[in-house]
Amino acid sequence: MTNNEQSEESSGLPPSKELTEAYLLHLADNALILGQRNAEWCGHGPVLEQDIAITNISLDLIGQARNFYQYAALLIGDGCDEDKLAYLRSEREFKNCLLVELPRGDWAQTILRQFLFSAYQYLLYTELQKTEPGQARFRDEQLAAIAAKALKEVSYHLRWSSEWVIRLGDGTEESHTRIQNAVNELWPYTGELFNPAYYEKGTAGTSIGIDPSLLKKPWEEKVNNVFAEAAIVNPNGQWMQTGGKEGKHTEHLGYILAEMQYMQRAYPDSKW
Amino acid sequence: MVIGKEKIWSLLATVTDPEVPVLSVIDLGIVREININGGTTEIVITPTYSGCPAMDAISMNIKLVLLEHGYKDIKVRTVLSPPWTTDWMSEEGKEKLRKYGIAPPNPKQQVCDTRLFEADEAVQCPHCNSYLTKRVSEFGSTACKALYTCNDCKEPFDYFKCH
Ligand SMILES: [Zn+2]
Repeated sequence: MTNNEQSEESSGLPPSKELTEAYLLHLADNALILGQRNAEWCGHGPVLEQDIAITNISLDLIGQARNFYQYAALLIGDGCDEDKLAYLRSEREFKNCLLVELPRGDWAQTILRQFLFSAYQYLLYTELQKTEPGQARFRDEQLAAIAAKALKEVSYHLRWSSEWVIRLGDGTEESHTRIQNAVNELWPYTGELFNPAYYEKGTAGTSIGIDPSLLKKPWEEKVNNVFAEAAIVNPNGQWMQTGGKEGKHTEHLGYILAEMQYMQRAYPDSKW
Repeated sequence: MVIGKEKIWSLLATVTDPEVPVLSVIDLGIVREININGGTTEIVITPTYSGCPAMDAISMNIKLVLLEHGYKDIKVRTVLSPPWTTDWMSEEGKEKLRKYGIAPPNPKQQVCDTRLFEADEAVQCPHCNSYLTKRVSEFGSTACKALYTCNDCKEPFDYFKCH
């Protein structure tokens, strides 16, 4: 891949079709897989109100995924549609980060993952929705529209999950231990968010993508502020797991896909 | 037959939101445009939330109502920009919500900001009109609602949250 000619300034020009599609699928897959994971809590949340909260977040994420898939399908053409992209791609074709595919764990782990991811999504969508020339980047109109819509929802997710991280961290000894364990467990999966995949490198500075490494500092600031209030110790480990964004997943993704894709694989084109 | 836009707007006022059946799609403010082009009638709508499951039913109901009234070539197109806001809900719609037992969105736009543990502007209880109410959860029975409870009449209620 040649990125030599790419400058720091936004060119506003669209990247290649292939890179654009990969970038959109990455955004869609992140939202779909986390939505699917959160939906596992449906009927099992610790209290009714929070069960409803996490499943509402799930619904928002799946809605965002649909918007990205529909847009990608339009670009791909040739009879492609959102269902084919969600139900008929194999594990190696999924471009979601590892963080979203990990098992839901206990409530602390689910809350923490949501918080880490919402803080990232919040910063990312804030960038992607900028459409005005003169703002940091000149965006693809449809991508900006999807991001602007989603940003309103993500603001709620971020506030809700931040408050819960603080409640658990600053709660009982038991809740504190659990949220701290969750941080220790999930931290090595956060580096991948800011480590650009080929389609992020290839679209950075165009009308489509942004370089995710630019989000790292503001993200750490947001996260560390909440950790401080929650009396959580940031493990600050440097060793980071990567691979998901380029199709190399943990063993967990295969199981989610098996469950999610079963009907369409067993009974192609079935509708209900 | 009459094919004026006025007529179509009034027909759409009979299409309701399946999740909040007292509100029409006009009350909700999700119908953005009506375009008549030769024999084709295009209705442009925008979703309330990205994942709102009612949108498919709403599109279908719009088509059905227009078909019933003799319109033939009907297209319902969804646009995302500008994103829907509760500011677009009609005053009549807010009044209908209140009577239905759901607190309407506050007039002063309070889109969720990310400051933590901030008290939202007081929401009025739709049962006893008290402002002594408390948010139980910012997520409710559908994407557009939050759960509240009234400290005066002690009744729980839904709040159509600002967005
Ligand atoms: Zn009351």
